[in-house]
Amino acid sequence: MPIHDQGYRRYGGTRTPRGQAWIVIAKAGLRTFLSKKAFLGLLLISWFPFFVRAVQVYAAANFPQARQLLAIKPETFRQFLDQQNIWVFFITVYVGAGLIANDRRANALQLYLSKPLTRAEYVFGKLVILATFLLLVTWVPAIVLLILQIMFAGNLTFFKENLFLFPAITLFSFVQALTVSAAMLALSSLSNSSRYVGILYTALIFFTTALWGVLAFALGLQHAEAGAGRPGVSWISPSADLAQVGDAIFRLPLRHDSPLFLSLFMIVLLVVVSGVVLERRVRGVEIVA
Amino acid sequence: MPDPANTTAVVMLDAVTVAYGRNLALRDVTASFAGGAVGLLGPNGAGKSTMIKALLGFVVPTRGRMHVLGLDVATSPLEIRARVGYMPESDSHIPGMNAVTFVGYCGELAGLPRVDAMQRAHEVLFYVGLGEARYRNVETYSTGMKQRIKLAQALVHDPDVLFLDEPTNGMDPKGRDEMLELVRDLSRNKGVNLILSSHLLPDVEYTCDQVVVMDKGRIAAQGPIASLKQPRGRVYELRVKTTVSELESFLERLRAAGLTCQATDEDVMRVFVPGEGGARDLFALAAAERVQVRHLRPSVPTLEDVFATAVGEE
Repeated sequence: MPIHDQGYRRYGGTRTPRGQAWIVIAKAGLRTFLSKKAFLGLLLISWFPFFVRAVQVYAAANFPQARQLLAIKPETFRQFLDQQNIWVFFITVYVGAGLIANDRRANALQLYLSKPLTRAEYVFGKLVILATFLLLVTWVPAIVLLILQIMFAGNLTFFKENLFLFPAITLFSFVQALTVSAAMLALSSLSNSSRYVGILYTALIFFTTALWGVLAFALGLQHAEAGAGRPGVSWISPSADLAQVGDAIFRLPLRHDSPLFLSLFMIVLLVVVSGVVLERRVRGVEIVA
Repeated sequence: MPDPANTTAVVMLDAVTVAYGRNLALRDVTASFAGGAVGLLGPNGAGKSTMIKALLGFVVPTRGRMHVLGLDVATSPLEIRARVGYMPESDSHIPGMNAVTFVGYCGELAGLPRVDAMQRAHEVLFYVGLGEARYRNVETYSTGMKQRIKLAQALVHDPDVLFLDEPTNGMDPKGRDEMLELVRDLSRNKGVNLILSSHLLPDVEYTCDQVVVMDKGRIAAQGPIASLKQPRGRVYELRVKTTVSELESFLERLRAAGLTCQATDEDVMRVFVPGEGGARDLFALAAAERVQVRHLRPSVPTLEDVFATAVGEE
């Protein structure tokens, strides 16, 4: 005779309003990665450039001798975000490759989509996971650096003279996070193997950059500069497109030879294509007609 | 056409056609699933899983309308999924989670607050018999345990209707019996309506009161199992003593009188006697052929008979 019947009981509690499932997905994903020591190590290493820059900001603010050599300019923040690109790459591969691929491998999509959530909510929840970590290594340290500059300088002069910096850092970091996350999620939805997706993403980045170099060489454009009157082919590389757009946002001269609108168009195209791929691949049932 | 306002029907399909490319998986299906436990029977490829996936909104019918709990699948898919639990046929789990986290996560996705979802996850895991293994990673589970956890995730948010797609697939006999007991308990004692899709007749016969038989994308038969098993006529087990040549002549006589004879694995044959005459007709025919009846016993039709008749098998 059991002392207590562990039977099934009907549920009489409250239910959360619909449309919040993406938060559940995002929170679970963030918790999963933050519980991995290897990932925490990666995050910690990715903040190393921030500490170097923080020392630079401190030295420039407190040692007049260093001010010439280590002067803080708007370009400093652009350079810092450039330096973080390598960590953006590693985190994208580490976090993003398995976001949908692992769910496909475990047939989890039919579980997700049998719950009251839309495919868009599922994708958005996954996108938030990757984008959050990317912003954690780009936007967050860059903004903290800006705050440190104000603190170490003890005045708002630099900040007031460069009011565009805060929106520029924010806009560029979010554009980068959205573009990279959307592309990686689309690739992740194409396979059941996160390893394969990682390789595919790496290949995509290196192949497009290599193709740009080869074409530039073949067309004699390898030394073409922006404004030289000869449109280049850097638009082929998504990394170059993001760099172009970043330069424009930070009001700096464009570093590559493609027109800005073409780079912008390629980024928008990449996001749209990623959306189309996700729309076709994220389904409760895979139909092989 | 079924009436969506009919509150006794949990699921209704009206002239539903589902096509995968050029292949029609469901062909103009009109069916009604009453409350309680309803078996969805049919051979592989009959369209059972497709019907469930269409009801969940995974596949969109090319024509027809479907209602679950009075809600239109085309216009209220999320409302329906909030009240439905789905146990898929294939192995499915959220990777990288232990059982209690997985089931709690599914509860949260279904709209339960986090604390309630975790509490229900523990309860449901005990209910399905995974209480002791609830902190193990789901990926280390055996096939039987994976079936149980699929049931747990379908139950965690306390659905009004459960769609169970081949719930005993890959389970050993003991596990299968326990799973069927759970299914039976849910429908009989816990007030959960369920649709059990299976090609295993004993599973359906044990757990369900009603059945919908599918074949080649069409409904072959539907109704309460008890009434479907009522033959329009009677079936007898018959053994006679006679020579082979006389037996042939006797069988000819039976067939000519409209009776159906079927050999069995044992030394008796099954004879279907239409109409009300029953054993009297059989004795009269045997007497006319001067055949000695050694054994005559009424045979109770099984769900297998219903299934075989419905899908046109001998």
